[in-house]
Amino acid sequence: MVDNGQSTGTFRVKSGMAQMLKGGVIMDVVDAEQAKIAEEAGAVAVMALERVPADIRAQGGVARMSDPEMIQGIQEAVSIPVMAKARIGHFVEAQVLEALEVDYIDESEVLTPADEAHHIDKAVFEVPFVCGATNLGEALRRIGEGAAMIRSKGEAGTGNVVEAVRHMRAIVGGIRRLGVLDHEELMTEAKNLQAPYELVRWVAENGRLPVVLFTAGGIATPADAALMMQLGADGVFVGSGIFKSGDPVSRAVAIVKATTNFKDPKAVAEASRGLGEAMVGREMGDLSEGEKLAARGW
Amino acid sequence: MAGNGERRVTARRSDREDEGPKRVGVLALQGDVREHVEILRRLGVEPVEVRDVEDLEGLAGLIVPGGESTTIGKIMVESGLLDGIRSFFYKGGPVWGTCAGMVLAASATTGQRQPLLGLMNALVDRNGFGRQVYSFEKDLEIEGFEKPFTGIFIRAPFFEDVGPGVEVIGKVGDRIVAAKGENILVTAFHPELTDDHRFHEYFLREVCGL
Repeated sequence: MVDNGQSTGTFRVKSGMAQMLKGGVIMDVVDAEQAKIAEEAGAVAVMALERVPADIRAQGGVARMSDPEMIQGIQEAVSIPVMAKARIGHFVEAQVLEALEVDYIDESEVLTPADEAHHIDKAVFEVPFVCGATNLGEALRRIGEGAAMIRSKGEAGTGNVVEAVRHMRAIVGGIRRLGVLDHEELMTEAKNLQAPYELVRWVAENGRLPVVLFTAGGIATPADAALMMQLGADGVFVGSGIFKSGDPVSRAVAIVKATTNFKDPKAVAEASRGLGEAMVGREMGDLSEGEKLAARGW
Repeated sequence: MAGNGERRVTARRSDREDEGPKRVGVLALQGDVREHVEILRRLGVEPVEVRDVEDLEGLAGLIVPGGESTTIGKIMVESGLLDGIRSFFYKGGPVWGTCAGMVLAASATTGQRQPLLGLMNALVDRNGFGRQVYSFEKDLEIEGFEKPFTGIFIRAPFFEDVGPGVEVIGKVGDRIVAAKGENILVTAFHPELTDDHRFHEYFLREVCGL
């Protein structure tokens, strides 16, 4: 939109917003009180949702966009950016979140998908979107649809970082691989990746995604956060890991510290001391196929 | 341990200041550090990622980048960099704050209390332009620039008012979005997100004297 020489909703403005979050931690919160704890701990943004992924898993049922009243309560409580989740393909939930003026929309596999074949056409919105990806092709398809930020999916709500590691290695390894391909190999690779050719070529030439790459799904400890940063993440989403732990305030502060100082093992060790119980984790082998959230998204 | 190795190298270099390219720091606690670092390198100065007070030694200038000002402020307090940067500045060290850096450079905010560097006599309205849906690009007339500069404003602040010693060099309507003092520059927008390096050149030339 252009008004008085001011253009809003440009891709530079949308992807630039994510640039400002780099090196930071984005925390899932379910009410204003948790949002304030997150802000006080040094979170760069909060994700407002009614149930954290661990509770969605435990309680089951269809998981939807949060109540606008709850989102607005959080917006009033903090000065940092507030993000919220829409179901995959549910562009009306996204329209509602845009009307509420959330700062970022997560088109998220943690909620129950509303469309089994299509994602939201994100380019037409003024508000930016972040989407999950398990590999490079999926990341580039989402960017092709207009996503201005990518996060690895992981398995949300498990407290188990193994899937986030798998996805981050797949994305970063995929980027590295493109860098060694000849020009004439790129079209075939675009076909294999099922990704737009122009984006494949951009990544091959620049050695990174054209947007910020965060990590998410199963991060429960300061060392988990530092691990994901060393694997190439620009920043960290922590879902159930903080408010499902024994001492959320200390854990939130500790995960921020470990993310800031991810290359410094002494600082990570210091941050990890005396945090009490981490959230109870789950083995991937114990999850049935239907319980795996990362497979959602096309 | 890569971090420690890098630090030893920079410490050695500061012992021989006049050799090689000038070193300019980018506060690297959180935010869009990489973009500033890349542009500085392109302009022929040696970028230094500043994480500790010791990293400030021997710098010809310091950029405080965009990010979340509450997060950066909190980490600055814990790491001692809040006082470290103040002392760098009051000894004449040149500083440029973009967006969050402009918030942190101010002496007071209209909103809730947060740690500030207080390098500039100014009252800042943090996120004054509103939430992300109101973030925008706009061509700006900047004092001392021949052609307009495209400002990228992201949940941007503005100065409501400035005191003596602060020169306003850019406005959106009546909102102050760029200003300059003796050894300080602030911009509410993000020159590091564009391919136009005139503001980086301006900082190095007019503020750092390079």
